[in-house]
Amino acid sequence: MKRYTWRTRSLEGVMFIVALLFLFPIYILVNLSIRPADDLSSPVAPTKAPTFANFTDAWNQASLGGAMGNSVIITVVSVALLVLLSSLAAYPLARITSKWSSLAFYGFMIGLLVPFQLGLIPLYRTMRDIGILGGILPLIIIYVGLRLPFSLFLYVQFLRQIPVDYEEAASIDGCSPAQSFFKVVFPLLRPVTGTVVILNGLFIWNDFLKPLLYLSGTSNQTLPVAIYTFVGEYDSQWELIFAALILGVLPVLVAFFFLQKSLIQGFSSGIKG
Amino acid sequence: MNDLRILSANPATPVGDGHPTPAPTTPRRKSRRSWLWLFMLPAAVPYLFVVVIPSVQGTGYAFTDWDGLNPDWSFVGLDNFTRLFDDPQALGALKNTLLLVVAITIAENVIGLLLALALNTRIKSRNALRLIFFMPVVIISVVVAFLWQFIYTPDGPINEVLRSIGLGGLASNWLGDPAIALWAIAGIVVWQFSGYAMIIYLAGLQGVPEDQLEAAALDGAGPFSKFWHIIRPLLAPAITVNLMLSLVRGFMIFDQIWVTTQGGPAQSTDSLSTLLYRNAFQYGEFGYSAALSVVLTLFVAIVAVLQYRFLLRGGKR
Repeated sequence: MKRYTWRTRSLEGVMFIVALLFLFPIYILVNLSIRPADDLSSPVAPTKAPTFANFTDAWNQASLGGAMGNSVIITVVSVALLVLLSSLAAYPLARITSKWSSLAFYGFMIGLLVPFQLGLIPLYRTMRDIGILGGILPLIIIYVGLRLPFSLFLYVQFLRQIPVDYEEAASIDGCSPAQSFFKVVFPLLRPVTGTVVILNGLFIWNDFLKPLLYLSGTSNQTLPVAIYTFVGEYDSQWELIFAALILGVLPVLVAFFFLQKSLIQGFSSGIKG
Repeated sequence: MNDLRILSANPATPVGDGHPTPAPTTPRRKSRRSWLWLFMLPAAVPYLFVVVIPSVQGTGYAFTDWDGLNPDWSFVGLDNFTRLFDDPQALGALKNTLLLVVAITIAENVIGLLLALALNTRIKSRNALRLIFFMPVVIISVVVAFLWQFIYTPDGPINEVLRSIGLGGLASNWLGDPAIALWAIAGIVVWQFSGYAMIIYLAGLQGVPEDQLEAAALDGAGPFSKFWHIIRPLLAPAITVNLMLSLVRGFMIFDQIWVTTQGGPAQSTDSLSTLLYRNAFQYGEFGYSAALSVVLTLFVAIVAVLQYRFLLRGGKR
């Protein structure tokens, strides 16, 4: 027993060193963001006279407020639609066991293999032709379509493990298919809904290429694009840039620390199938 | 009608617990089932609009010389594809992408698995450590890329630390030297996503029964033999998922490169995605970049199928 403790302790020591290596970039990020612009000492040395002025400057100059608003709207609406549409669609796909149903399932699953790049240009053109470019609507449509296969996959896998007894009881009690779905099935899907919300929410919040393409040149920017533009304009004013970077990730980091248990569960539970 | 031919419910579902035998498929149940198909409709519309139709169109453009604006274009057959294999830029991007995919996949999974094995012990700080290793996953890629761009600068933190511990000879212009810039970018991605792999391996390790490991230890099995014979087979699903995630991430890599080097210096970090973006939106070579995306799609699909079959075989043994 004693030997075991000794080994555990030395393992813990090694892990601390690894953790410090992992944290090094974060340390640099925070250390520089609280540094006055005239402090020219090394970025590794701890900042002597910390200031929060960079944060207010960055917030105002990068107009992060508006960008954050857009990011919130896009993420919330897309995720809500994804939960609704993919859980609904998963129901027949998991419950009907005909060859048409598995054909439809594989039809959706092909979407997991097709890189978005393939349809990037034609889709942009279609959106331009029907005249919805410039706002955030195209992005919501894109995220819903793009993340459907993955969300659907999670829901179908989960549903297949839930016995049909509950729904049959509901239908014997006279529920319509829609009623038995919303009253009986959907509440049972809660764990996997959590996973769908977390994974899609993070993906959409962090996504860069699509908003860069669809929103550049408009006043509607998302957080990653606003940060990208800001850094381009304030080239090498790293204190300001780093303050903006922190402001950009703060909401997610705060959520992460409060929800870490369910978040980490969400990330790992999608794979038990 | 075929779509109404229903087998009984999920065969894995227990039917027992006092119920009589399950009701045979009645016409009423059939109509209920056909009703269910309607549930799929709202999902099918955006999926068709965003994924299916544009992808088919994109594949079509690959056989044309369309520039994205000009209404006059013509079919050019396989010209875009033959050009691709004569184009040093495309071949370079292809090579870089493959190197990145291999490096990222190996490094993320080795590091992720080692971290998971270390945290799946009784060490006290494991929850805090798990949090630290996982944190980079939730940070916006653009932010991560800018941060590392600074860390990698010639007078930046990494070189400073190296010099201060007497390893100044290793200090480099990480993103400016064509010989190492690609590996520097791989380093960013590995820092960002090893924690993701760790989390999935940790979940997989929960399924490894403690008593089996103890029994093996009593039989004199060392740590490596325990890992290979007991843990590894049970981790097969986690390995599949992790390899898949790393591979796809590697093939599609864009943000980290676009922010830090835009494919430079001297195209040494160009990937299929950055080349495609430049060709389509900066040079107006829509047809050619559509051909590039077809190639990218083929790679992802081939890898996915190969890996799926390989792991399926490995898992059954």
